[in-house]
Amino acid sequence: MLKDFFSKKRKYATIPREEAKQDIPEGLMKKCPQCKQIFYRKELNNQLQVCPNCDHHHQMSAWERIHMLFEENSFVEWDRDMISENPLEFPDYVEKLEKDRQKSGLNEAVVTGKGIIDQYETAFAVMDARYRMGSMGSVVGEKIARAIENAREENLPFIIFTASGGARMQEGVLSLMQMTKTSVAIERFSRAGGLMISVMTHPTTGGVSASFASLGDYNFAEPGALIGFAGRRIIEQTIREKLPDDFQTAEFLMKHGHLDKVIHRHDMKRTLSILLEIHQPGGES
Amino acid sequence: MKDQVLPFEKPVIELKSKIAELKKFTSESDIDLTSEIKKLEDRLEKLESEVYGNMQPWDRVQMARHSNRPTTLDYINEIFEDFVELHGDRLYGDDEAIVAGVAKYNGTPVTVIGHQRGKDTKENIRRNFGMPHPEGYRKALRLMKQANKFNRPIICFIDTKGAYPGKAAEERGQSEAIARNLKEMAGLTVPIICIVIGEGGSGGALALGVGDHIYMLENSTYSVISPEGAAALLWKDSNLAQRAAESMKITSYDLNELGIIDGIIPEIRGGAHRNVAEQANNIYETLQKSLQKLTSYSKDELLEQRWEKYKKIGAYTTL
Ligand SMILES: [Zn+2]
Repeated sequence: MLKDFFSKKRKYATIPREEAKQDIPEGLMKKCPQCKQIFYRKELNNQLQVCPNCDHHHQMSAWERIHMLFEENSFVEWDRDMISENPLEFPDYVEKLEKDRQKSGLNEAVVTGKGIIDQYETAFAVMDARYRMGSMGSVVGEKIARAIENAREENLPFIIFTASGGARMQEGVLSLMQMTKTSVAIERFSRAGGLMISVMTHPTTGGVSASFASLGDYNFAEPGALIGFAGRRIIEQTIREKLPDDFQTAEFLMKHGHLDKVIHRHDMKRTLSILLEIHQPGGES
Repeated sequence: MKDQVLPFEKPVIELKSKIAELKKFTSESDIDLTSEIKKLEDRLEKLESEVYGNMQPWDRVQMARHSNRPTTLDYINEIFEDFVELHGDRLYGDDEAIVAGVAKYNGTPVTVIGHQRGKDTKENIRRNFGMPHPEGYRKALRLMKQANKFNRPIICFIDTKGAYPGKAAEERGQSEAIARNLKEMAGLTVPIICIVIGEGGSGGALALGVGDHIYMLENSTYSVISPEGAAALLWKDSNLAQRAAESMKITSYDLNELGIIDGIIPEIRGGAHRNVAEQANNIYETLQKSLQKLTSYSKDELLEQRWEKYKKIGAYTTL
């Protein structure tokens, strides 16, 4: 079955030139942070960044994920040029944003748009932890809220891949309010009968975990992803107790009933495709 | 209980005690100091308006955390009649860090919900220092839905350092509980009025904070992270909390300027704890105007305006 997936995948896994430039690897080899084995980057790319040895799911860039899921040339990006301001006039914030823009090739920590998964058109938002740790400022909140609104207006499902350390400190309470903005958008979308699927990837914490990431009709996660509200260190300091190793992992959340399913990356597209099909109006005819 | 003196108001308190001393002396001896006392009282008046009229963000942070600061229950007792507290989330337990119930506001049935701190160690332990677990938020949501069913306006008092960062809280889904409240509150078709009365700490505050009108008491704060936490994260030094309090823009004046809140409720000079009844009256009057306005809207109008309200919060531009 896995072989099947890869032969199928290869057809549309070629990355258009524009994005290819952004994803040039720094080196030829990469060490798996979990099992410490060293792999050719190419090999990891072919495995969708899943370690062939220990199954560790390496972090993925937003565009890698989009190419993994959507038919080639099927996607349209929304609000690509939206960028952050510096509303609190924080020293160095603008420079930090610019630096991450250069590093990631992204204008902000989320890419939104619509595209086709198998034959099903869907709106999406994919976060990228390389940009300011995926933190949510005004732009992230606004882009996600707009994507949800677009999905509502165009009658599309909405799939979100989260990867975020939470709120963006440099935008203060404005970033906190993005939790509300996105949640109000989801409520409108939900009230209109829209389907939302949330896939939490490593890491999904703080204000992102406590808003849209947890608000899907389906809440999924990738194996081993760190998911939680409060930081591990803060909890250990508060309760003066050492936490178990699996604390706040996807598997931990699953055990405590907070996830519908933990989905291996190699099964992600197929699972999403099945759900999209199940939610087609009138079913498959 | 001895009054907690904040560093910035020390000169006021010292002068006050001096006046009290002189008064005592006058009454116990034959020496008449009335004119001296009068002079000092005039000076006190000037000093007070100087000190309390120029409060810096850090002073307000301390005021918001004042050990005698009125809590949700203090205001409930002053503002509403026939408060009946209701308990439990029907799933796990009853979280006393949040109080909730039905009451009457000027004769009108309402649902009142708020974070509840303690004023001493014993009560703080019982109330978990006003830091809720998921069951607290789920109790709040259960009673908000009840309010929605019976068409009662909802009034929320916000006063928490944040949702409790504990092991059990994570196990029971702290994130999910907060997220669900944000979404469900957005869809309720009754007026929701939220008032920050002390500290509005992050997602744990927000989970009672999605409303049609948001107000802050003058010396309350609302922030994405505590000043100490911000200093530790941004500058690796929690001693820089005072600086963080300034740059993070967390006072009622800041939020009003940022367009996030609908108004500031003025505080008694020297802080809400100086006169709870009078402070409650200020809140009462704000509620009256707010309710009058919100009850004139249809359900659809409420939902639409709530979306419009939150949609516009944020600062961004295009390349
Ligand atoms: Zn490995």
